[in-house]
Amino acid sequence: MRQLDTALGLGAVRGPLGRIIKIGLYALVVFVFAGPLLALLVSAFGRVTDPTKLSLIPHDLTLDNFRTAVDQGVLRYLANSLIVVGGGLLLQISVSVTAAYALARKSFPGVRLVLFLILSTMMLPEEILAIPLSLVLADVPVVHVNLVGTLAGMIVPVGAWAFAILVMTEFMRDVPIELEEAARLDGAGDLRIFWSVILPVCRPALGVLGIFGFTMIWDQYILPLLVAQDADQFTLALALRSLRADEQVGTGVLIASALLALLPSVVVFLALQRQFMRGLTSGAIKG
Amino acid sequence: MTATLAAPPARTQAARRGRRRRHLGAWLWLAPALLLFALFKFVPMARAISMSFHEVRPYLGDRWVGLDNYRAVLGDDAFRAAAGHTIVLALGETIGSIVVGLALALLLEGTARHLWFVRTAVFLPTVTAMAVVAALWRIIYHPAPDGALNSVLGWIGLGPGQFLDSPHTSLWSVMAVGIWRGAPYDMMIFIAGLAGVDRTLYEAAAADGAGPLRRLWHVAFPAMRPVFGIVVTLAAIRGLRVFTEIYLLTNGGPNGSTEVVMTLVYKLGLERNELGIASAGSMLLLLATVVLTVVAQSLRRRA
Repeated sequence: MRQLDTALGLGAVRGPLGRIIKIGLYALVVFVFAGPLLALLVSAFGRVTDPTKLSLIPHDLTLDNFRTAVDQGVLRYLANSLIVVGGGLLLQISVSVTAAYALARKSFPGVRLVLFLILSTMMLPEEILAIPLSLVLADVPVVHVNLVGTLAGMIVPVGAWAFAILVMTEFMRDVPIELEEAARLDGAGDLRIFWSVILPVCRPALGVLGIFGFTMIWDQYILPLLVAQDADQFTLALALRSLRADEQVGTGVLIASALLALLPSVVVFLALQRQFMRGLTSGAIKG
Repeated sequence: MTATLAAPPARTQAARRGRRRRHLGAWLWLAPALLLFALFKFVPMARAISMSFHEVRPYLGDRWVGLDNYRAVLGDDAFRAAAGHTIVLALGETIGSIVVGLALALLLEGTARHLWFVRTAVFLPTVTAMAVVAALWRIIYHPAPDGALNSVLGWIGLGPGQFLDSPHTSLWSVMAVGIWRGAPYDMMIFIAGLAGVDRTLYEAAAADGAGPLRRLWHVAFPAMRPVFGIVVTLAAIRGLRVFTEIYLLTNGGPNGSTEVVMTLVYKLGLERNELGIASAGSMLLLLATVVLTVVAQSLRRRA
């Protein structure tokens, strides 16, 4: 008998009938979950005039949809999306890593309170803060800057993300103290230790932060919606709605633009899949 | 150097100064995060609480109205309907994602390479931006008889349906999209939970003559109880805060049949400028989220 390594033991199912059923089920779930995305890919290169022409089988390939999309300024929207995700990710990672260093490696009065305050924002869905956030962005307290109508308004708020700090803090706690002490005996200061001892050890966690941060920022909708004032600041996500509303633009152009908004996240996910799964399970299991 | 020569009190003073400098260092490392959290989480939160007790009047100054905003929200039929839709949607998406996610996890659990491929394909909706998901599903749901989904339904002798365009099916159609995107996420967490079940227990159960279903019920499920707790909490919170998919799929229509709390709050606040009432609505939703989280956490701890 084969070893039972799964709950249902489907791996041990033998015989032609069992095989056919299994393959049929696999095909069904791939069709249901990946089929629509594949149809997006195929249709983007087809001659799609109306929404009924979505297809899974390529025929009559053309780049027309992309040409029209470029005429509609899609490259501008793509550039905005990339600037927001690049700037946001850079800020989010820098802020989370430095905060995690203090939270994980230093003991000072108030450390538990700070951690509690930061983690409590995980219960605070950003949608709920949307309206007051739009007021804050129009006149940032203390500095009195108006971020509405700027890409910076979409970048700066994503810097504060409790999940990233949590993942990084948990990881840094597990770095052996001996590494740090050895460096300190060599006369290294905090900055040196952080940069050349702690960060290199934390490379796997940085991968987790990278993929989760990318997905989170790429998925942002309500923040760009609050910040953008005209098409110049649209991200791809926002542009999809105005392309849809525009009668002159065919479904093909919408599909091509949606594909442009889909591809970066799929590519990043496939490239960093292992880190993604690790973050998903560690973050979720620990709550 | 001075410390070695000085009397004990001076030494403790030096030590205290050193400690204080170390503490200051820690706060410096934290400063960027604290600044961003203060500006974009805590200040908006405080403003939301304050606005929910005020009539917000630009240039005239806010007027304290006590619980009037809350009374207005709770007495509003539109809000009550939206709250009902939100609960139905959150419940439906939570249960749907868990059932589908668990079925997927049981089907696709294992280390074989082809399983890894199928899992990756199934997981893609979860990493796809909501804006893309909504654009795609509006096309799939196109209500013409030769629309994408109606064509597929035609193969098995069903349809055609109106989906998002009919007040009778719109909420269910939105729910299906939520499950489509949420189930693969739950699947991955379940698979991680299943991976933690002791393999020898399966062997032992099989040796005792337990079939696959009894193995599932008596061995795998009890071991996964904490995982269920997490998945339920995450899915329920995801369901309550729903905004983007409604905003993009139906914007609350047709006929208000898919209006949820967040889309209503958005319209009240940003389109009708009723900031106080909108804030009261958000605070009620936040309260529901916090209560749900706390209850789920305490249930989990007891389990």
